[in-house]
Amino acid sequence: MSHANPPERADALVEVRGLSTVLNGKTIFDRLDLDIPRGRIVAIMGPSGTGKTTLLRHITGQLRPDAGEIRVDGHDVPTLPRDALFALREKIGYLFQNSALLTDYSVFENVAFPLRQHLRLPEEIVRNVVLTKLQAVGLRGAAGLMPHELSGGMARRVALARAIVRDPMLILYDEPFVGLDPIALNQILKLIRTLNDTLGITSILVAHEFDAVARAADEVYLIAGGKVAAHGTPAELARGESAWTKQFFGGEADGPVPFQYPARDYAADLGFPERTR
Amino acid sequence: MSARPTSRLGDALAQVGACGLFLLQVLGAVPKSLRHFRETIRQIWFVGAMSLVIIMTCGLFVGAVLGLQLYDVLSRFGASAMSGTVVALALYRELGPVVTALLFAGRAGTSITAEIGLMRATDQLAAMEMMAVDPLAYVAAPRFIAGVVALPLLACVFNAMAILGAHAVCVSWLGLDGGTFWSNMTASVDVWTDVVNGVWKSVAFGAVCTLIATFNGYTTAPTSEGVAYATTRTVVFSSIATLALDFVMTAFLT
Amino acid sequence: MTQRRSYQVGTGLFILLGFAALAYLATQTTSVANFRQGESYTLKASFTNVGQLKLRAPVKIAGVRIGSVEAIDLDPAKLEASVRLAIDKKFDQLPDDSSAAIFTSGLLGDQYVGVQPGGSPDMFKDGDEFVLTQSSLQLEDLIGKFLVNGSPSPKPAESGDGSAKPPAPDQHQ
Repeated sequence: MSHANPPERADALVEVRGLSTVLNGKTIFDRLDLDIPRGRIVAIMGPSGTGKTTLLRHITGQLRPDAGEIRVDGHDVPTLPRDALFALREKIGYLFQNSALLTDYSVFENVAFPLRQHLRLPEEIVRNVVLTKLQAVGLRGAAGLMPHELSGGMARRVALARAIVRDPMLILYDEPFVGLDPIALNQILKLIRTLNDTLGITSILVAHEFDAVARAADEVYLIAGGKVAAHGTPAELARGESAWTKQFFGGEADGPVPFQYPARDYAADLGFPERTR
Repeated sequence: MSARPTSRLGDALAQVGACGLFLLQVLGAVPKSLRHFRETIRQIWFVGAMSLVIIMTCGLFVGAVLGLQLYDVLSRFGASAMSGTVVALALYRELGPVVTALLFAGRAGTSITAEIGLMRATDQLAAMEMMAVDPLAYVAAPRFIAGVVALPLLACVFNAMAILGAHAVCVSWLGLDGGTFWSNMTASVDVWTDVVNGVWKSVAFGAVCTLIATFNGYTTAPTSEGVAYATTRTVVFSSIATLALDFVMTAFLT
Repeated sequence: MTQRRSYQVGTGLFILLGFAALAYLATQTTSVANFRQGESYTLKASFTNVGQLKLRAPVKIAGVRIGSVEAIDLDPAKLEASVRLAIDKKFDQLPDDSSAAIFTSGLLGDQYVGVQPGGSPDMFKDGDEFVLTQSSLQLEDLIGKFLVNGSPSPKPAESGDGSAKPPAPDQHQ
């Protein structure tokens, strides 16, 4: 665990220190430390069930950790009162795994929702902002559709437009590439990059697709077993020597990350006498 | 889950306690929800105006049946002139608020539960949280207010339709004198002890039914089975709570 | 936007309909319907027993409603019920020797105050008091009398139309 203590950075937007979480009796994080530097795109990768989404929920204060400190823009999230937490969340965009569009509202109203809820803007400005964001994700023509008329990939793009409609300082992407066709995937990758380059938005990217991640991310954290297993630029990780990176990026079933969910002995489960070693 | 009766009782008590806490949270969110007043209006439309047809139809038939039955029974005692009075008293004091609440639980309560349950299952509530919009203030409180406002109005419409139904049966069909029907009614029905007490009852029923519907939606297990189960529970618990509360309120109000 | 607008209009109509229904119930089917909102004047009457007479019970002459019971109190000096009647202004030609009695409409009906006009040339004025009154007929008393006399009283229980023969008034004052 050479990365248990990442080097201190001068300007980290998100700092996680000593994060420990136990959910339903299962240890998700065990004294996890990581830093998300301002203005960078950081990917969080890891095997399924390592709590990547849980980490995002910690960062946004949806879930309180059992121990540890999570600082976002200087605020300690777990101890923030509700009002301050909401004020912080107004500056964070969050892209849900299943898009989570409000099914009662049209695409336009979904994207306009954060604007209408928090700002009193004239209707033309709302219209312009919403159409600009929809144009960025290539769905300006779909503004009048209802969410149930969209495909999964289109819904994800609408959700992305909604996440960036207020130009947040931090965007969390939870599995943004699932269900996108190659064209949309390219556009979204470009969009993530552009947002980062032009507006200086910090991005946290939870994803499995290493190829896509390699094209967008500045840094990658590989999380396994509740700790940071590897950390570096995508290129460093790709030629990484550790057992973790080899297994993960090679996609092998055997290695430090068990492919099998913890279970009884296989033979015993199938009714054979327990093997003795 | 557990088959042991003691822990079942414990579960039930925990549910009631959670529901009570939820009520406090919703009430706390009511001032904030006034910022989303449009949403409240929309919910009154959905739970109230959309229930009008069923409420009016049922009201007409309940009134007609009451008129028919009471005319028959009362004429055995030579008191058929009192038909209108008894219909009105039975409606205002009991049947109007209670039947409306039961219909409301089936028509609007279930849709509230299913809607919020699906919002929970599809992360829409979490998405609102993430957009710094309190779902209690944006989703729960407007529906709660809408229920409290809509049910008394629906009960009044139900009663009015039922009186018309009873009038149609007793006067137009069975031949009771119209003047007798109305004058006996106006002589014995009191605005405060009969009409207004009935309205209070339906306010309370509205609060209880929408609270149960919202709570069940809010605490739905995020699966299709969970939503189905929550919807069923809404009808069952709303009905039980309405009838039990009716007994308590009748005992205290009269 | 038009969709949102139609919700608002529809909701407004719904609320209006609900209150209209409430207003209808409250004013057309209850004793409020019997209130004449017009001008009225007050008459007083003392009874030894008002029976089940209630506030807002009707006051009738010849079966026609002319006013309502406004207040029922106990006169502490005479230990009698003193009843205040609000009579419609348009029925201001009541002879001042008229009598008031408490009747029951039907066997099970509510009680009301029936007025039997007298023949005096002078009319009641606001605040005047009935000299002749007859108390509510108590069913128990009637049965008692029947048992003692062994024959039914010739005076039947009130038939309820208010136009029955005046009961023998008991003299007051």
